[in-house]
Amino acid sequence: MYGFNKEKGVPARIREGCLEKDVGDVSHLLFFYFAAVIVLTATLVVALRNPVFSAISLLVMFFHVAGLYVTLHAEFLAAVQIIVYAGAILVLYLFVVMLLNVKREERFHRQGLVALFLGLTLFLEAILLAFRGHGVPARPVRVLEAMTPALGNTESIGELLYSTYLFPFEVASLILLVAMIGAVILSKRGLLEPKS
Amino acid sequence: MDVPISYYVELSGLVFLIGLVGVLIRRNIIMILLSIELMLNATNINFVAFSSYLGNLSGQVFVFFALTVAAAEVAVGLAIIIALYRHAASINVDDFRLLKW
Repeated sequence: MYGFNKEKGVPARIREGCLEKDVGDVSHLLFFYFAAVIVLTATLVVALRNPVFSAISLLVMFFHVAGLYVTLHAEFLAAVQIIVYAGAILVLYLFVVMLLNVKREERFHRQGLVALFLGLTLFLEAILLAFRGHGVPARPVRVLEAMTPALGNTESIGELLYSTYLFPFEVASLILLVAMIGAVILSKRGLLEPKS
Repeated sequence: MDVPISYYVELSGLVFLIGLVGVLIRRNIIMILLSIELMLNATNINFVAFSSYLGNLSGQVFVFFALTVAAAEVAVGLAIIIALYRHAASINVDDFRLLKW
């Protein structure tokens, strides 16, 4: 009984790391590289003064998030991430930044003290939650290939999208339609301004 | 065998926090929208990690929907920015207090 408890006390992370060290090392290395670049570029997005540089830093972050998706065996989402986020959304941002051509920018709000207090509180909470480590069992991430051996990632997602999630899929198309109409109406000159 | 799920949750929480701080402290509306993109990406990382962890593809489908909403948000948000800039020649959030009494 006591021996069992002692065995249980060893963290699962360490035990599994001893078993398969070579595979774990490579995936850990990849994860830490992607995570480090993601956090660094995310910080740069918030901290940089020039909106163009911020957008380019966000582009680097999108690519590394896509790399993280590939290591998680979500290849379809990695491709969609690059095509939609990096290809469409970010180009739209850069387009608007260059269209508006904002020269001077006072960077931060004046309520820096309140923001600092709130941010510090949330950060401490995050650190507390991260290091308590009771909520999530330390079981490692399972590889998805074992679940769907016959189908590829894209086919599996497509099948799920057109069977279980058919109604949300249609709602998503409706959202896109509404957004398109809204964007056209909002940016049309002379429609919202008072007539003079 | 692979990276534990808690690492992904911590990374996602960190990126979400950075985006939240960006929304709170920046004054440029474009930068606020970029920070919202950061937060959406943080939730997407979480979704994909848990989808892989649980062996269930529904998480990846939800990332798909989050992407749709992000695209719609960007289209409408940038249209609003252009309309605001045309109206007041500024994209500083401190200049717009129409709804503030």
